[in-house]
Amino acid sequence: MCTTCGCGVGETRIGMALAGKGPLELVEPHAHHEHPHAHEHAHDHVHEHVHADGTRHSHPHTHAHHHAHTSHAHHHDALHGEDEAHEHDHGDLGFDVGGGTHQDQQARLIAVEQDILSRNDAVATGNRQRFAAARVLALNLMSSPGAGKTTLLVRTLETLKAQLPIAVIEGDQETAADAERIRATGVPALQVNTGRGCHLDAGMIAQAIERLPLPAGGVLFIENVGNLVCPAGFDLGEAHKVVLASVTEGEDKPLKYPHMFRAADLMLVSKVDLLPYLDFDVDLLIANARKVNPGIAVVKVSTRAADGLADWLAWISAARTVKGLAAG
Amino acid sequence: MHEVALASSLLQLVLDNARQQGARSVRRVVVAIGTLSHVEPRALAQAFTSASMGTLAGEAELAIEEPPGSAWCFDCGDTVPLAKLGDDCPRCGGGKLVVNGGDEMRLKALEVL
Repeated sequence: MCTTCGCGVGETRIGMALAGKGPLELVEPHAHHEHPHAHEHAHDHVHEHVHADGTRHSHPHTHAHHHAHTSHAHHHDALHGEDEAHEHDHGDLGFDVGGGTHQDQQARLIAVEQDILSRNDAVATGNRQRFAAARVLALNLMSSPGAGKTTLLVRTLETLKAQLPIAVIEGDQETAADAERIRATGVPALQVNTGRGCHLDAGMIAQAIERLPLPAGGVLFIENVGNLVCPAGFDLGEAHKVVLASVTEGEDKPLKYPHMFRAADLMLVSKVDLLPYLDFDVDLLIANARKVNPGIAVVKVSTRAADGLADWLAWISAARTVKGLAAG
Repeated sequence: MHEVALASSLLQLVLDNARQQGARSVRRVVVAIGTLSHVEPRALAQAFTSASMGTLAGEAELAIEEPPGSAWCFDCGDTVPLAKLGDDCPRCGGGKLVVNGGDEMRLKALEVL
């Protein structure tokens, strides 16, 4: 379970295929203990250090010491809540922690300095290389549920499919409904069901493009799970993240979900044909988006107005040109 | 944000590094979760405890450092502290800010046996 948004991982289904492993379950954090002890010892040992810059060196040294410790008191407010203080003993780095078998018991500090998402990012880099090799512009579409991602895609494809090869990867927790809506336009689409998972990750896309041929020289649309929180942090290998904000939502969405609007290169303001019926301040929405992301581009779209997608199609065309993917 | 997915990624990094070093167990995991990152530290800690059960890191303590946020203010032409995304510049009140610190999510170090 994702404790923030109530979703799980490891239940990904791509097309009808099952992938991944069983879901994780949450349990209470482990209890900490306190154990005072005093000991005296002398020993030789070898330290190996890896430094942040990747250098590594070992050096033997000898030292004798005595230490009694009951209160290396460490506070871990982030772990234990604001008003609980825990005291517990870590032993000493580089020293043995008990008598006797210190050769085996020696605690070592290993400097690592790796991004927690480095695995996802490595897979995303692989995806990006595959997209580049096939001259594909990959766009990652994200929004809250109901902002109009699939409807926008269907209308976009109706126009674009005559001009470019296109494929779509649809991410949803359940159902193949969206992929079916896309396929009805004649464009190939693959559904990725994340089960209880609340976002697509780079590995899901890597698996999906094993099954869905890349639209060489064209555009791959990836419709992420409807969620303004979790998808923001996961690079899929796309050229651009695109966030939709519909005018039936609040102008303050960018401030409420800043990570998403910070991650996106483009904000599509959707359903603008409804503006005459709403008290919605588009300028305020845009100002709020630029507060968290001064560089975000903004395009207004309507799937109902006659030329409601013209600016969006022009943006796609420009993105292909900038990436050197446009024909000619 | 998806702390369970992040906890799984973190655990994998921890186990890879611990095995590379020939560790028998991991006693402590030190991570930096910037205050502007998209992670809730307590949810991450809980998810990590769950994910690590039965592994080399099953008994490990997760120590979370929370580096403060900062941003480049275009109006000040300087780096300023930033408590949360969407805030105005605390110095000049301007709104043109680009985060330049405190958004990291890094595994910093391990203490292993």
